[in-house]
Amino acid sequence: MNVIDLSQTTVRELNHALHQLEPTDPGPRWVVREPRGAHAIACGLRVPVTVEIEGHAGYYCAGMNQFATVRVAGNVGVGVAENMMSGFVHVHGNASQSAGATAHGGMLVIDGDASARCGISMKGVDIVVKGSVGHMSGFMAQAGNLVVCGDAGEALGDSIYEARIFVRGKVKDLGADCVEKPMEPEHFSLLKTLLERAGSEAQPEEFRRYGSARRLYRFHIDHASQY
Amino acid sequence: MPLQPRPGLRESATFDRHVIHEIQRAAETGIYDIRGWGAKRLLPNFDDLVFLGASMSRYPLEGYRERCATDVTLGTRSAKKPLHLKIPVTIAGMSFGALSAQAKEALGRGATEMGTSTTTGDGGMTPEERHHSQHLVYQYLPSRYGMNPDDLRRADAIEIVLGQGAKPGGGGMLLGQKISDRVAEMRTLPKGIDQRSACRHPDWTGPDDLTIKIEELREITDWEKPIYVKVGASRTYYDVALAVKAGADVIVVDGMQGGTGATQDVFIEHVGIPTLPALRQAVEALNELGMHRKVQLIVSGGIRSGADVAKALAMGADAVSIGTAALIALGCNSPKWQADYEKLGSAAGFYDDYQDGTDPAGIATQDEKLAARLDPVQGGRRLANYLRVLTLEVQTLARACGKSHVLNLEPEDLAALTIEAAAMAKIPLAGTDWIPGIATRGV
Repeated sequence: MNVIDLSQTTVRELNHALHQLEPTDPGPRWVVREPRGAHAIACGLRVPVTVEIEGHAGYYCAGMNQFATVRVAGNVGVGVAENMMSGFVHVHGNASQSAGATAHGGMLVIDGDASARCGISMKGVDIVVKGSVGHMSGFMAQAGNLVVCGDAGEALGDSIYEARIFVRGKVKDLGADCVEKPMEPEHFSLLKTLLERAGSEAQPEEFRRYGSARRLYRFHIDHASQY
Repeated sequence: MPLQPRPGLRESATFDRHVIHEIQRAAETGIYDIRGWGAKRLLPNFDDLVFLGASMSRYPLEGYRERCATDVTLGTRSAKKPLHLKIPVTIAGMSFGALSAQAKEALGRGATEMGTSTTTGDGGMTPEERHHSQHLVYQYLPSRYGMNPDDLRRADAIEIVLGQGAKPGGGGMLLGQKISDRVAEMRTLPKGIDQRSACRHPDWTGPDDLTIKIEELREITDWEKPIYVKVGASRTYYDVALAVKAGADVIVVDGMQGGTGATQDVFIEHVGIPTLPALRQAVEALNELGMHRKVQLIVSGGIRSGADVAKALAMGADAVSIGTAALIALGCNSPKWQADYEKLGSAAGFYDDYQDGTDPAGIATQDEKLAARLDPVQGGRRLANYLRVLTLEVQTLARACGKSHVLNLEPEDLAALTIEAAAMAKIPLAGTDWIPGIATRGV
């Protein structure tokens, strides 16, 4: 185990060291102490290493992650796991805005709540939020799955493309072109897998599914008010 | 054939033929006009400035004999690996999607031959353009289509795009005709949809956040890459100052003459300010922060000739960027395709329907047959020739002003021909000391 104390070491030194790890032999897990809300902790990782952050992290924690497992025993700031390509990011506390923004792959789990725009422009990532999400979550979501075990704020899934959104609690309202869709057997199966991987005890039968009505895919005068 | 006015017929200045046609088109279709190219209206521009060549009080350099250097280094502020270019003319960001793969390859080939950079666009980096571009700037856009950290590391510089001159405050468009299988896959979108790109970044909202975003990008790339920030010209003084404060290595200012692949006509013609005042405001901001030449400035938007390049440098830019002119050099609007332009209701010299995907020159298209019309090797050669001419023209003007490096050109070498240009560029009206809004020397 490698222990890094961010009261003694800079984020730049930490990230540089993590970037030097060999993909085929990344070595033992890394523990980051005293993160004190620093930004860009463990971003740009590209090997299957495990990094455990003992405390709160700032913006863009685990940004653009590839292959790594990053666990945060605290809250995270804006853009956790933004543009993640693969790997696993687990936040034990709450997340600020734009969690998992534009992420292409991997899995992001947030044990608490996520603020506004969770999963904005997501491109294939699986996000499981065990609490609630703020307004405009799933905005322009292109692909992947956003699972919300609590409630969702205003304009859920506004201008959504082909991503799937599952919500167990209440939805304040839906955004442009986002509609409720029936839960088919394949969705129960998918949801079961995602919830199990996230360590959630919620049951797929408790969720409703939302997705694109595909009315805004082509410019059309009859939909002008929604553009 | 267009109607020729007969004697006695008087065209309305308010409702001219273009206006009438647009009202009729709007009434018929119910949707705004979307097109490519940049602002077509007449704007104050670099033609409104002239150089004060050397004579008695200034000493010129001998043309073709005495050295006049043209190289420029971008990203000296913080990057471990700044970009060293042989000429101060770069190729602006244009996406694969808006342009064919052949066009992107040709841009890379031409830029590389001349030792300068080309730039990706919305939709990510293609292997072809990386392979053919010695210096490749990777755009980081609000949509993040095709964005991945491997390409970020493969790039030679990163350009965070906040806006472009054709549409400051607006997002991108790529209409369904151009969303081919490959484009759809790169952007993770369904094939054939009318795709809109976001106008705001998804994970930051202001200059303080931008500081942290720049820090993240530096961390991911181990502080190697120069980081540019590109803004569309509007409140340029403040935008540049804030971008510098946020930590940018290079600022890119794109004036309203800057081109686009697809944007609403109303946006192109009515939002933003011309390149001339935007450049002056950017330089003022850099000077006031003590960062001129420390943070480099690239200006774009309507650059056509070596004279334009030289005037931009004299006003304080470190380099310029070209888009529309580069496409014309490749063969856009060539008379060779006149018959095809006519079939589309256009003509060589007027074609701007890049959004349609039917570009006869094979540049702004994803149609394989049309794209095959552009030979990337020949296109690259044509672009290199054009860049060569620009460079020779800049050197000619710089030598005439007694400069051994094109970056030594300065505002004092210029005079304005119009009151508007004098006011916007803050260059004295020719033959006077007068700059509108500034007290006259000695008064």
